Order: sequence, then C-alpha cells, then structure tokens
Amino acid sequence: MAEKLLEVKNLVKHFPVRGGVFSRIRDYVRAVDGISFDIAERETLGLVGESGCGKSTAGRAILRLIEPTSGEVIFKGTNIIDLEREKMRLLRREMQIIFQDPYASLNPRMTIGSIVGEPLTIHKIARGKKRDEQVAEILDKVGLRPEHMRRYPHEFSGGQRQRIGIARALALNPKVIIADEPVSALDVSIQAQVINLLQDLQKEYGIAYLVISHDLSVVQHICDRIAVMYLGEIVEIAEADELIMSPRHPYTEALLSAVPVPDPSASVKKERIILRGDVPSPVNPPSGCRFHTRCPYKEDICSIEVPPLQVLSGVHMTACHFADKIFGSSKSSGAVSA
Amino acid sequence: MRGNTSIRAGALVLAIIIVLSIGAPLFAPQDPFSLNLAEGLATADWDHPFGQDKLGRDIASRVFYGGRISLMVGFAAVFISVLIGGVVGAVAGYAGGAWDEFLMRVTDVFMAFPGILLAIALMSVLEPRVGNVVLSLSAFGWVGYARLVRAQVLSLREREYVVAARAAGARPLRVVVRHILSNIISPVIVEASFGMAGAIVAEAGLSFLGLGVQPPAPSWGAMLAEGRDFLLIAPHLTLFPGIALALTVMSLNILGDGLRDLLDPAQKR
Repeated sequence: MAEKLLEVKNLVKHFPVRGGVFSRIRDYVRAVDGISFDIAERETLGLVGESGCGKSTAGRAILRLIEPTSGEVIFKGTNIIDLEREKMRLLRREMQIIFQDPYASLNPRMTIGSIVGEPLTIHKIARGKKRDEQVAEILDKVGLRPEHMRRYPHEFSGGQRQRIGIARALALNPKVIIADEPVSALDVSIQAQVINLLQDLQKEYGIAYLVISHDLSVVQHICDRIAVMYLGEIVEIAEADELIMSPRHPYTEALLSAVPVPDPSASVKKERIILRGDVPSPVNPPSGCRFHTRCPYKEDICSIEVPPLQVLSGVHMTACHFADKIFGSSKSSGAVSA
Repeated sequence: MRGNTSIRAGALVLAIIIVLSIGAPLFAPQDPFSLNLAEGLATADWDHPFGQDKLGRDIASRVFYGGRISLMVGFAAVFISVLIGGVVGAVAGYAGGAWDEFLMRVTDVFMAFPGILLAIALMSVLEPRVGNVVLSLSAFGWVGYARLVRAQVLSLREREYVVAARAAGARPLRVVVRHILSNIISPVIVEASFGMAGAIVAEAGLSFLGLGVQPPAPSWGAMLAEGRDFLLIAPHLTLFPGIALALTVMSLNILGDGLRDLLDPAQKR
C-alpha cells in the first residue's frame, strides 16, 4: 500500500450540552468518539453510517472546521491539530471539502467566477485577468463553460451547482478532498455523472478522497476501502470488495442487507435484516459494544466489554466479540440469516 | 404585488418631502428667520400659505427648513446606529463564546433603559447641538441592530457556503463581510427604514422638550412646542409641522413594510 497521506488517530469530538442555571455543561454529545484511520495518496476511503452517527462531524473535525476535542490528524507528517491558526490557514490549500447540499453551499450573492476564484484570491495565487483564466480552466475541467462565470448560483441546476462546488474545491489543487455526501442531494441520473467526474479528477490530479455517505451503493462504487461508523465509532474497516462480500460486523451486515439488489432473481439471495429500535442517543451511548442494543447476535459480554477494533486479515478490521463465531472464517454475507 | 405598491407610495411621499427639505432655499416662500411681530399668529394668505407663528415668521418656510434637520438627524442617527450595531452584532454572533456573552450583556443593559429617557439624560449633559442630538439618539439606537445582526449572523455562520469559505482559508473578516453580512443586508435595510422613522420622532421629542435643536433654528418638534401655547386660538402653528412629521414617519413606515414584503425570501415566488 502507498504511503499514508492523511492519518487520523483517536479523533474525538464531544459537543457540550448546556442547561440549567448559568448554562452549566450538563453532558456531552459524543458525536465522534475516538476514530482512527488513514488514507494513502490517490486512495478513496469511504466513511458510511446512518444519519447522526458522526460521519459529517468527523469530516469537519479532520479539517478543523470544527475544533476536535482530542486526537491527532497527521497530514504529510505534521499533526495539524496543533498548528497555529495562520499555518493552518495556509495548509487549507491542500485539504478541501465538497458539501452535500448544492443549494446551501454556494453564496447566493456571488457570481460563479468569484465563488470558484475566491480561494485563488485568498491564497494570492492569481488575481484579475489571470484569475479569470484559471477559473475558466477549472470550470472546463468540471464540465462547465467559461461564460458561466458571470452568472449566479440560482441560475444553475443541482448537478451543475455540485460541479461548481467541486470546481471551488479543485481550485487550490488539493491533495485530499473530503466529500461530505457529495451526491445524496442529486437525482440518480446526475449522481452517476458527478461520481464519474470525481473519479476522472482523481485520475488526472492524483487526489485522495474521503467520501462520507449513508449510501453504501455509492461508496462501494468509488472507494478502495470502506470504514463503517456507528454512534461515533468505527466498527469495521476493510477493502471495499471484501467488506461488501464478507462483512465481519453485524452492523455492516445489516446495512448491506438494506442495499436494494437490482435483479430480483440474483444468485445471492439476500435476507433483509431489520434492526430493532432506534439509534441510541450519543449523549449516553450503550455500555460495552455500542451496537449491542440492536444486535441480533447479542450475548452477555456485549453489554459489558467494549470490543476492540481487531485486525482480521490484511487491512480488514472489525470491532465485534463474535466476528469469527458469527461469520465463520470467510463466508458470503448473503447466506447469513438473522 | 402589494410590496411594490407600498414601496412606490412610501418612496413617492418621502421623495417629495426630501426634495422640499433639501431644496428649501428654492421652495420656501419666505426667509424662515425674518420676524414680523405685527403679523404674529396670522392665518394663511398668499405670501404665507401655512400662516405665521407668534413672531410672524413664515410657517411654511420653517416646515421646509425644519425637514432638513429632521431628515438629517434621522439619517445620521440610523447610519451611526447601524454601524455600531452591525459591528457589535457581527462580532458577538461570529466570535461567540465570551465575546458574545460580554457584548450581549452590555446590549441588555442598554435595552433596560427606555431609549428616549437615555437620550434626554444625555442631552441634559451635552450641549444642545445637532451633532449631539444625533449622538444621543445613536447611543440607544444601535441596540436593536446589534441584536438583529447577531441573530442573522448566528443563522448564517454554519451555512455550508460560509464553512466553505473557511475551508478555503478565508480570514474571519472576509468570511463575515463577504459571506455573512452581504446576505443579511435586506433585513437591516428594512429595520433601518423603521428606525429612521423612530429617530425622527425622537428628535422631534427632544426638540419639543427644548433639549434638541435650539431656537431660532427651525425644527418640527420645537415648532410643535411653541405652537402648543396657542393650540386653541391658532391651531395652524402645530397643525403643519405635525402633518409634516406624521407624513414623513408614515411614508418611512409604509416604505419599510413594502421592503420587508419584497425582501422576505419566504414570499419570493
């Protein structure tokens, strides 16, 4: 595997819950509770999980758009969490973000030219005519035309707006792009176009992606590896194909069973695993394994002891006491029933 | 559209008042200061369309000239208020934490005073000059804008395009000015049009109490105060400055109403 470009170690983000007299801190929302992973150059890592599991918070904490509570984010050998403000500001050239909602992510009062060109101005890369030339070039890369520069965001469709967002992220020629649900707000037909665009750009510029999504089918398509998050923790991480074919955590298995199969007579007949109950509150997560309240395989130890993230083979890691017992050594997910 | 009718009506009346006031030297039928004691309290005639006050000065001319002071004070007080309130609100809303806590408690202290009372107290200490009237009106006027701007900044600061600007490495000043304040100008303009009406009434109030612009300078509030003694025998002394004041305030309020309807995103299309 290529060298690590970005390494996240024990990243934690707790949001205080205030209340009562003098707004004392009463408790914490444990949005991200000690996640670790790394991304190599040109690699695409998927981060999946259901709503509210802390994926987006993790993405923003990595870029310090939200200051993490603790942990390390090591980019090209430096821990960026310790960087002073000005150094961090300059480093932002190398790490960019793409947002979910193409309607909220573009300033309605700015033209496309100034939206895409602003990063260039901020980092004093180009200005005036030269900036316009560069912006035109970037717009071309994402499939937009130079004359779009003078227009405003409301004149564009969702797919086009997402391309503008990608162009803005691309302007600084970053090494890493965190794509926070890059296609969830788009029509299915447009999703494929945007995904292909992201992949083409990766090939051309050698960008590493962290793709945050709740949609396994999207992540499966573009990612080299996938990490599964549940209630602020990573429960399983593996090569994409391996994770899809033989998940080793009950939660991953349940997530996979929810992905619709296009062909009803598919050879691997999947049994739908319906998880009982709701996601527990991240203010007061369950003891032991956080998934034990909804796990169909739960045993006594699960509510007592926290299962560590263990290496199974190669890069495949899972945090389940009974990974071997439930899933055997290597079995296809489809055959396992709840 | 309703918003457009209100805006047109309000703007038209306001424009007439502004033209008459600024062009007072052209439109005023007489010198607003020239005395004619023999004709004191005289009613309207061709030379004096609104009649004459107790010193025989032409009321029409004084109403026109008085409009200059009212509009100027109103505009300047709102301008300064928006400036102070905008900075306080933006810093409190964007910086958050201790800054927010401190600035908002200061704002609360100012909120606790009835504004006009604070202005009266200030004017009783300060020299009664136009500049000081503006100052004392701004001293409490900024509070509303500070709260408005803070609330708007809070609602925008986590918007994705604002986060995107931070992710691109924008400094806080750029983020606030280019991405946040540019998007909250509309509600501030609406508030300012109402605020100007309030400031004009407050100036008239101060002048009525003798704490504002001093005689012989014409001011609607002072004219009302002078006319009060003759309310029953010569109502035209109070009638015309009163109408001017009411029209100005009404046109500003109608304009503000119209602007609010027009700029309210929820009502768009």
